[in-house]
Amino acid sequence: MTDASLNNTLTSAETGEAQFGDYFALLKPRVMSLVVFTALVGLLVAPVGIHPFIGFVAVLCIAVGAGASGALNMWWDADIDVVMKRTAKRPIPMGKVQPGEALAIGLALSVFSVVLLFLATNALAAGLLAFTIFFYAVVYSMWLKRATPQNIVIGGAAGAFPPMIGWAAVTGDVTLASVMMFALTFMWTPPHFWALALFVKADYGNAGVPMLTETHGRKATRAHILVYTALLVPVAIGIAFTSIGGWVYLATAVILNARFMYAAWLVWNRTEAQAEADEYATERWMFRISLSYLFLHFGALLADAVLRGFGIGGW
Amino acid sequence: MGIRVEHELHDRRRSRNHGVGFVLLGLVAIVFGLTVVKVLNLEELAQFERFDHVARPQIEPGVMQSTSQVTGPAAQTTDAATGATAIQQGGDE
Repeated sequence: MTDASLNNTLTSAETGEAQFGDYFALLKPRVMSLVVFTALVGLLVAPVGIHPFIGFVAVLCIAVGAGASGALNMWWDADIDVVMKRTAKRPIPMGKVQPGEALAIGLALSVFSVVLLFLATNALAAGLLAFTIFFYAVVYSMWLKRATPQNIVIGGAAGAFPPMIGWAAVTGDVTLASVMMFALTFMWTPPHFWALALFVKADYGNAGVPMLTETHGRKATRAHILVYTALLVPVAIGIAFTSIGGWVYLATAVILNARFMYAAWLVWNRTEAQAEADEYATERWMFRISLSYLFLHFGALLADAVLRGFGIGGW
Repeated sequence: MGIRVEHELHDRRRSRNHGVGFVLLGLVAIVFGLTVVKVLNLEELAQFERFDHVARPQIEPGVMQSTSQVTGPAAQTTDAATGATAIQQGGDE
């Protein structure tokens, strides 16, 4: 067969030849945007300076490392991604990228990002990035995700490391402030994902993933959202009283946490019949505000750092 | 029937080739940039010279100091002379 006989309407799924964008999609660009932002904030709020180019390379390495773990996750989860509506359009279920390619890209980018981060900054930052990739790809994807309904809780640690790595890239250490930034994302993850799981209920169940909604029921999930949000609030507000906090952060955190707590309380108070009647409007609202919640918290930390630079922020 | 030069498949291959090309160029730029930044931010030139694969104890911080403490100024003169001789020999090769 020659090119002349090929039909112009052939897609990459039929030929197995991907575009560059298909490989890029393996890196979960939307998750990477959160990683880039939180890592950048971790790097910028650190008490010492870093050369701008080295800072840029550090954030790039953290983003690529996160993307690499995303590719490894897609390689491992290809069998369940094809079942779930939310993930069925990913490159592997669509047939655009072969699983072996995703594995190779994931491994190559993992090594590349860790080695380059070590060369650009220090061993601690590189070690933390390596552990994050291992944690997300092996501990979360291969082990916990299909084994326990607490998968989201423990797996959330992987997404919480970037600000700590950003901080370590500059300072070469781990301090209370960087641990608190880790704790903020770690504690935020369960209510964020469980709110999502409440209105995409059929997906996880069809794929056999033991989400809390499937194993303990929807009422228990609503209670878990309330409890985890209540545990999140002191962590989020507590950051205001560390070395990276300030008035801007404290004011932002109080407002955002009052709103998030209110949303969790509303979700907890609703019955399944009420939720179905308005197509999970409150759960969807909580999920939406959970996205801005994290961005605004880290944005406020950045604002305080900038103000401190002018001598008017901080405590 | 003639062979069609352009096909959607070729667009995808071109996209891949260009993408890989840009990534490799980016990698070169990053490694070059890192090298420049790291070298320009060295506290002293001796830190750069220590990686030239030639054992030169005289540029190691502390070595000269300890040598001078043990043997005095005469040893420093000898070391400097030895270094000059080594450079001279290297230039003849």
